[in-house]
Amino acid sequence: MSVIELSDLRKEFTVRVKTGRLRRQKRTVRAVDGIDLRVERGEMLGYIGPNGAGKSTTLKMLTGVLMPSAGRATVCGLRPVADRTRLALRIGVVFGQRSQLWWDLPLRDTFALLRHIYRVPAAEHAARLARCRGLLDLDGFLDTPVRQLSLGQRMRGELTAALLHGPEVLFLDEPTIGLDVVSKQAVRGFLAELGRAGDTTLVLTTHDLADIERLCERLVVIDHGRVVHDGSIAALHRRYGSRRMVVAELDAALPAPPALPGAPLHRLEADGRRLVFALESASVAEVVAGLAGLATLRDISIVEPDIEEVVARLYRTPADG
Amino acid sequence: MGSLTATVAPPTGSNVTPSFRTFGAIAVAGFRRHATYRQATLAGLVTNTVFGFLRYYVFLAAAGTAGQVAGYDRAQLATYVWVGQGLLAVIAIWGWTELADRIRTGEIAADLLRPVHPVTSYLAADLGRAGFAALCRLMPPVLVGVLLFEVYLPRRAATLPLAVLSVLLALVVCFGCRYLVNATAYWLQDVRGPMTLWMLAGNVLGGLYFPLSFLPGGLEALLRYGTPFPSLLQIPLDVLVEREPLPAQLGLVAVQAGWAVALLACCRLVQRRAERRLVVQGG
Repeated sequence: MSVIELSDLRKEFTVRVKTGRLRRQKRTVRAVDGIDLRVERGEMLGYIGPNGAGKSTTLKMLTGVLMPSAGRATVCGLRPVADRTRLALRIGVVFGQRSQLWWDLPLRDTFALLRHIYRVPAAEHAARLARCRGLLDLDGFLDTPVRQLSLGQRMRGELTAALLHGPEVLFLDEPTIGLDVVSKQAVRGFLAELGRAGDTTLVLTTHDLADIERLCERLVVIDHGRVVHDGSIAALHRRYGSRRMVVAELDAALPAPPALPGAPLHRLEADGRRLVFALESASVAEVVAGLAGLATLRDISIVEPDIEEVVARLYRTPADG
Repeated sequence: MGSLTATVAPPTGSNVTPSFRTFGAIAVAGFRRHATYRQATLAGLVTNTVFGFLRYYVFLAAAGTAGQVAGYDRAQLATYVWVGQGLLAVIAIWGWTELADRIRTGEIAADLLRPVHPVTSYLAADLGRAGFAALCRLMPPVLVGVLLFEVYLPRRAATLPLAVLSVLLALVVCFGCRYLVNATAYWLQDVRGPMTLWMLAGNVLGGLYFPLSFLPGGLEALLRYGTPFPSLLQIPLDVLVEREPLPAQLGLVAVQAGWAVALLACCRLVQRRAERRLVVQGG
């Protein structure tokens, strides 16, 4: 059985719009518009979409915080809203934009309190905490009240708090938002480590695609409340025709743009001395060999397809229907 | 749009059985959270004490040369005022908007993600807070009263334990009222209106501004049995100054217990309703 199963999940919000001095018109906004999804145990799923696409709404429905308008959702075999408190024992949640820690308590007290709330045996709790302390470098601020922590420190605290009860599924809603490079790397490294262990299912929403590239094999893109892509990152590149590029730097510009079979010229830069070819059917070696016959090569480099560019293109495509 | 499939059963509370230990741990955390704010504690303490003098002298003036008003003598009035000033912070009759703030900002989502029912966990935290208040906010005004004035000390052995129980129930009743007022934020977002009404009702009808026995008998009885407000201060203080014989005192505490149970049930009901329409906006 899949850990997460969604079928035709929907959420509608009613918005009142002012249309006159006293008149208000009701308008229905479909935040999530029929999502079907299955996630297997141990999968690391990237769940992305532009602002307002319905990512967080889906996550809130999966964690039992929001009631779906229609459709079915099960997480760990439980119905998120109906069985919310039972589900809470089996999932961990980190909302990057909200805190789950007690503002006035030091992290150490918060963690101790969580042990009682989740009824975790002392030895298990201690082992998990020790692991998080090591991997997330918590020791320097365990005794600082949460309100005095920096964002990066707080986020490491949030991650620990979400994991101390050994959840089967970890939902992360923009866990790296606002973090500096070092903290981002710490968080990603930690999640990668968690993923390698293979027993925790991870659902990650983010706007930072580097998170996805680093962590997730499977990528679900949603827009206007619907799934527009579900598959690997490589499949996304294939689907949107993103290609590897060969950048060749020449000593002098060529009199006419070269035509290489299987590698059309993508653009010319630096007064014609830098040529960018898109690799279609040709190999890098063939492009290099073709160019070497025409001009003196100064440098050559290969650029991998950029996921941000693909996703930007995907977001700009109007949703059908 | 297609038809709605009713696959979402109402949330059930029956599977939530937090152990006593969980409840205790949350209460201890509530105690510690409030113990952090020492300056606020001191400021509140000074205010309560200053107003204690004010209230006591007003009541004394009302008692006049007869030395009695509405069945309270001077010593009973002193106990009523000074213990009452201490209880204000214990039951936290004023200014608790934590839940409303969390609903407004969406932080409530974090509470819903815990394996403990929100009413249970907020109650536990509130008991912890009250424990801290009992140590640091109740004792000092009582001491001032005992040292500076002639106060009424209970004569029956049963009174003190009964008064403690009555204060505990007053706390639960007050928590229930505050939770309900805060929960209006699920519908209204801004709770200033309900909060003002609650403050007015709690203060006037709870017995803070004047003992309700100042009112005509019928009205007093209506308030006492028909509303939860006298259960906040009036009843515990009347129990302490032994206004009635023991059986009547037990009856009053039973009224409090009834309100406490009814309000907690109401909180759970409102919470369940609210969760069905909750919108956690943004992010």
